Amino acid sequence: MPSLKSLRNRISSVKSTQKITKAMKMVAAAKLRRAQSQAEAARPYATRMAAMMSALAQGASSNPNAPKLLVGTGSDKRHLIVAVTADRGLAGPFNASLVRAARTKVRALETEGKTAQVFAVGRKGRDSFRRDMSDRMFGDINFVGKKSVAFAEAEAIAQRIIAAFDDGGFDVCTLVFNRFVSIMVQQVAETPLIPAAAGPANDNGAESGANEYEIEPDDGSLLDRLLPRNLAVQIYAALLESNAGFYASQMTAMDNATRNAGDMINRLTMNYNRTRQANITRELIEIISGAEAL
Amino acid sequence: MTTALEIISPEQLLLARPVSMVVIPGTEGDLGILPEHSKLITSLRGGMIDIYEDDVIVDRFFVTGGFAEVTEDRCTVLADQIVKLSEINPDDAASELANATEAYRTVNETDTAAWRQASDRLITAQARVDALGAETHEKR
Repeated sequence: MPSLKSLRNRISSVKSTQKITKAMKMVAAAKLRRAQSQAEAARPYATRMAAMMSALAQGASSNPNAPKLLVGTGSDKRHLIVAVTADRGLAGPFNASLVRAARTKVRALETEGKTAQVFAVGRKGRDSFRRDMSDRMFGDINFVGKKSVAFAEAEAIAQRIIAAFDDGGFDVCTLVFNRFVSIMVQQVAETPLIPAAAGPANDNGAESGANEYEIEPDDGSLLDRLLPRNLAVQIYAALLESNAGFYASQMTAMDNATRNAGDMINRLTMNYNRTRQANITRELIEIISGAEAL
Repeated sequence: MTTALEIISPEQLLLARPVSMVVIPGTEGDLGILPEHSKLITSLRGGMIDIYEDDVIVDRFFVTGGFAEVTEDRCTVLADQIVKLSEINPDDAASELANATEAYRTVNETDTAAWRQASDRLITAQARVDALGAETHEKR
């Protein structure tokens, strides 16, 4: 049976852990609100951009000189997977489930005889991919120390991807990230980045209105500008979703931790009181039996 | 008659309101968008967006580039970066112009993509400085 002193120590240590998890939960809740409103503020741009893309892509994808970013290289042997994780942990299964999904995808591609590389966005993803996939790392980037995600960062990622694509580094690029469904649910989602024509933006394109647009400049350079932009926008949207999802996940995880700590404190306190009572009873018996013996 | 103007940057919806006319800087020249304009998609160069209300400019924004989609009753501007004219820092604008000029002078002219990027940058920087010049002139 543990001594009273050791029980007291454990209770106080669990109590301070509970204070930390409670504080983290509240911080995460505050940051979640900001991340969520940021994600919502960025949505109009993404939707308008997608609409414009689908209007343009319909006309261009049948063109033999269509940009490779739109229609692909004609092969699907070499894949690049952009895995968006968070920079921090203590968020339940948030990072682990994403890493697992990306890893499964890499394995699946390799059993089909294709090659796959991983571009780790976020520190946690980099750390775990480096352990067992260091030979398949394309690169990594993280936002440690940055307060919120800026569009310029998404643009930098897009530029790195496009530069590698233009050098013939890979044929297909897929974005894997945690989609923010609700505060309780974050879902691992995939978005094809290259070729862009395979994207979902194509199916719901305006049926008749699409080709009525005048396009200026008319030499295809509009698509050359729009495609990299679209890539950056998609990455930006994913970063924001992932950011909001991270705080939601962290909030839930810390809420659970606080509750568990509370349960543990109750159990330990009960144990402590029982032991204390047993000690008192024992001492009483000793005194009484001592007195009777006289 | 008004056109529903929307100015959107990647970070947020900056402005959404009906206007009587808006002038946007298309890559092939400025475009005045009135209601019933034919459908158009264009890219933008660096320049000024002027919002007119009854033939008077009520708001001026500076864009560094982007895209615009115009339909009969709507004009959507997807801006790369956008600032109110009054919020441009003249020193930044001047040093960016110097940098852009230098980059344009040293760029490899056989590399079309790099050349286009450098020339876009120069046009944008020049437009920003010009916009500032025009405004201080008006104030006098």
